Amino acid sequence: MYKILDKVDYSDDVYMQVIEAPAVARAARAGQFVILRIHEEGERIPLTIADFDREKGTVTIVVQAVGKSTRHLQTLSGGETLANFIGPLGLPSEIENFGTVIMAGGGVGVAPIYPIARELKDAGNKVISILAARTKHLLLWEDKMRDISDEVIVTTDDGSYGRKCLVTEPLKELCEAGGVDLVYAIGPGIMMKFCCKTTEPLGVRTLVSLNSIMVDGTGMCGACRVSVGGETKFVCVEGPEFDGHQVDFDELMSRQRQYLEQEKIANDLYLECRGDAQCLA
Amino acid sequence: MPGVNKDKGAKKPKKTSIPRTPIPEQDAKKRAGNFDEVALGYNRDQALIEASRCLQCKKPKCVAGCPVNIDIPQFIKALEEDDPAAAIAILKQKTSFPAVCGRVCPQEDQCEKLCILGRKHEPVAIGRLERYAADWEAAQGEAAKPGIAAGKGKKVGVVGSGPAGLTCAGELAKQGYDVTIYEALHKPGGVLVYGIPEFRLPKQIVQRECDYVESLGVEIRLDHVIGRTMTVDEMLENGHDAVFIANGAGLPMFMNIPGENFNGVYSANEFLTRANLMKSYRFPDYDTPIKIGKRVAVIGGGNVAMDAARTALRLGAQVHLVYRRSMDELPARREEVHHAQEEGIEFHLLTNPVRIIGDQEGWVEEIEVIKMELGEPDLSGRRRPVPVEGSETRIPVDVVIMAIGTRANPLLTQSTKNLELNKWGNIVADEHTLATSKEGVFAGGDIVTGAATVILAMGAGKIAARSIDRYLRGQPLLTPEEEEEIRAASDKAAAASK
Ligand SMILES: Cc1cc2nc3c(=O)[nH]c(=O)nc-3n(C[C@H](O)[C@H](O)[C@H](O)COP(=O)(O)OP(=O)(O)OC[C@H]3O[C@@H](n4cnc5c(N)ncnc54)[C@H](O)[C@@H]3O)c2cc1C
Ligand SMILES: Cc1cc2nc3c(=O)[nH]c(=O)nc-3n(C[C@H](O)[C@H](O)[C@H](O)COP(=O)(O)OP(=O)(O)OC[C@H]3O[C@@H](n4cnc5c(N)ncnc54)[C@H](O)[C@@H]3O)c2cc1C
Ligand code: SF4
Ligand code: SF4
Ligand code: FES
Repeated sequence: MYKILDKVDYSDDVYMQVIEAPAVARAARAGQFVILRIHEEGERIPLTIADFDREKGTVTIVVQAVGKSTRHLQTLSGGETLANFIGPLGLPSEIENFGTVIMAGGGVGVAPIYPIARELKDAGNKVISILAARTKHLLLWEDKMRDISDEVIVTTDDGSYGRKCLVTEPLKELCEAGGVDLVYAIGPGIMMKFCCKTTEPLGVRTLVSLNSIMVDGTGMCGACRVSVGGETKFVCVEGPEFDGHQVDFDELMSRQRQYLEQEKIANDLYLECRGDAQCLA
Repeated sequence: MPGVNKDKGAKKPKKTSIPRTPIPEQDAKKRAGNFDEVALGYNRDQALIEASRCLQCKKPKCVAGCPVNIDIPQFIKALEEDDPAAAIAILKQKTSFPAVCGRVCPQEDQCEKLCILGRKHEPVAIGRLERYAADWEAAQGEAAKPGIAAGKGKKVGVVGSGPAGLTCAGELAKQGYDVTIYEALHKPGGVLVYGIPEFRLPKQIVQRECDYVESLGVEIRLDHVIGRTMTVDEMLENGHDAVFIANGAGLPMFMNIPGENFNGVYSANEFLTRANLMKSYRFPDYDTPIKIGKRVAVIGGGNVAMDAARTALRLGAQVHLVYRRSMDELPARREEVHHAQEEGIEFHLLTNPVRIIGDQEGWVEEIEVIKMELGEPDLSGRRRPVPVEGSETRIPVDVVIMAIGTRANPLLTQSTKNLELNKWGNIVADEHTLATSKEGVFAGGDIVTGAATVILAMGAGKIAARSIDRYLRGQPLLTPEEEEEIRAASDKAAAASK
């Protein structure tokens, strides 16, 4: 059992949890993820490590509630427990002094970008962060990102805060201006796809963190496979980070939709029964 | 033993005239719709009759066929005398999990293949009797616990809780070592829990075996991925005096044909893990979804293929099994093939997939297959199947399950320093001691041999426990007598080959 020490709701469907998992915290590095299971009947859901504290033995996750499991997880608060919390999984980010790096985070993708940005900054890089959200109140971790960035650009789709545009607009301007050595883009598949489309013609290396559907997270099942540069890769062991210009995003996004039908059944059943243990049982 | 045959011979019917006792089974139609066990096991009368068929050979051939050399005539004799407690004691000298072996061992290729009765009649049903003894024990409540030696003050780490890891851990715990198993998944048991389906091996049996190992004092630490949560080197640095690596061969292979990443294409590992470990056959009571095809193609011909096919069938699909060689080469156990046919799985033999065809949305629609014919024998001695040009046809399906084998998972081995691997990525370990190139580290089971069998993995667990015990006592891994035995055996083999 793994104890949830703290929970903060950022909005109706985005929240942060701090989980006690000393073995995971001890080994965690930026760019890796965990797999958790809420209870005995639960599925294994992968979530990026948004922060960790080796001394306290804690791991922080930032989650967007999109279906049954992530909605259920949101109802759990400090003091409650998770059945399983496995990690760190995947390969850590390669941290070195690249020069100038742009960290583009979309939606909850801002959280997983934070530990990578922090380490890149520590390694001597100039860090320019682009934080993109649909609307102002969905913007995450702006303060934390400002602490470790040389420059921060905020964009919102509706213009309620920062620039009214998509993440790709400032990204394009910066890359065109030159001097950008590396771009990290983390967020929804479609956001990563368009970031890569923006940087590719400009020849700026772009890393993305893929969120394919997973089961074990250890290379045993192949559920997470995607085509990268025409070769099949297992995201959980060979990723989650890949050269975005090589990734077949359409295949990735299609594969993410594999269980829509079942997910809807599970979600509807969950919403119908919300809070009613008898009904859920 | 002497005299037994003589006394009985006069009164009872001739042993060879008693037919092999069939095992009661769930009706094929009924079982195709449920996940309950197919074979139901002998009752007492059936076990007594079957046990009485054994000739109690002085030089029992059967024993040589069993990879762990169970004293087969002795345990069968105990059953014939209606003393299952004695039978189980004899079995447990050599196998830790008779309830598992009795169910899933490929007996027809091992002990029963060499049974003398099989020459002219049918072999004694050794596996079924083994199962009977084990199930009898389970029905008595908790298993009798063996004596545990005084604490040795040494700590051993075991990676993986499959049959190899569990066996090794149990043996060492009995000898007074402080043993911790580190398991990547959230449930112990390895392939026994995530791969082999409930209808062949009820999970409750696996759980009981794991509980038993824990009752010996072994700690099973779940959710620990060695190579990520901790490396083997860190295990050695952090207080483990020896390590046994038994992480299995769990990396699914694909065929590298077009269309393999369409939605609806599974590896057998994924399909079976969803169904068994995650219990998605009980969705939405359990959260993990599974795509239940209307028409499913399973590619392959081993036990894994049969398990995937029969699982898909039970989920409600019409199932096609596609295998590139003929029935004679089909590597799955006969019994499983027979069950699969009875349940209504359609076999497409001498047939191989060429590509998978998908629809606009990226979902599987059809699989294109080609006829094969058997050509010259290949390295394995089996005739190599070659495609018959122009014989392509299509089978409309919405799910394809690839069951064409597994390889060594590199996650652990790549993170371990100075560990010698062969060209397939399997760990190189000494055949007799299971010592690896790394001091204090031993390895066994599928990670060394490649995908093999439960009983071989269990045998490896025993050998590793013996070696680790000697290593930790500072003794040579092999005694002079054992060295001599090995030398004699290899000399004999060399002489024979001349
Ligand atoms: C490496 C990795 C890191 C991730 N990090 C984060 C993160 O930091 N924050 C966050 O909010 N989300 C993250 N995700 C996505 C998160 O795992 C899914 O949103 C979650 O599993 C959805 O479960 P659900 O039951 O709530 O929703 P469902 O209704 O089951 O699914 C909603 C959508 O989530 C995706 N999904 C469903 N099951 C899985 C699964 N087993 N594995 C992966 N994706 C799945 C599918 O695209 C699906 O359509 C990550 C995914 C991966 C692979
Ligand atoms: C579907 C299927 C059907 C089969 N049917 C039969 C049959 O009928 N008869 C038969 O004799 N054999 C059968 N086999 C083969 C048999 O199950 C295996 O040979 C046997 O289980 C191997 O045992 P093992 O202990 O070496 O490894 P496994 O059983 O594979 O166990 C390895 C364990 O290690 C864990 N692990 C892996 N990596 C790590 C890591 N990095 N850190 C921590 N833990 C890790 C895994 O999660 C797993 O629990 C079948 C196999 C499959 C897949
Ligand atoms: S362990 Fe397997 S091979 Fe050995 S006697 Fe039992 S069934 Fe036969
Ligand atoms: S070979 Fe057959 S008959 Fe002889 S002891 Fe073994 S099981 Fe009995
Ligand atoms: S999630 Fe199973 S192999 Fe990647």
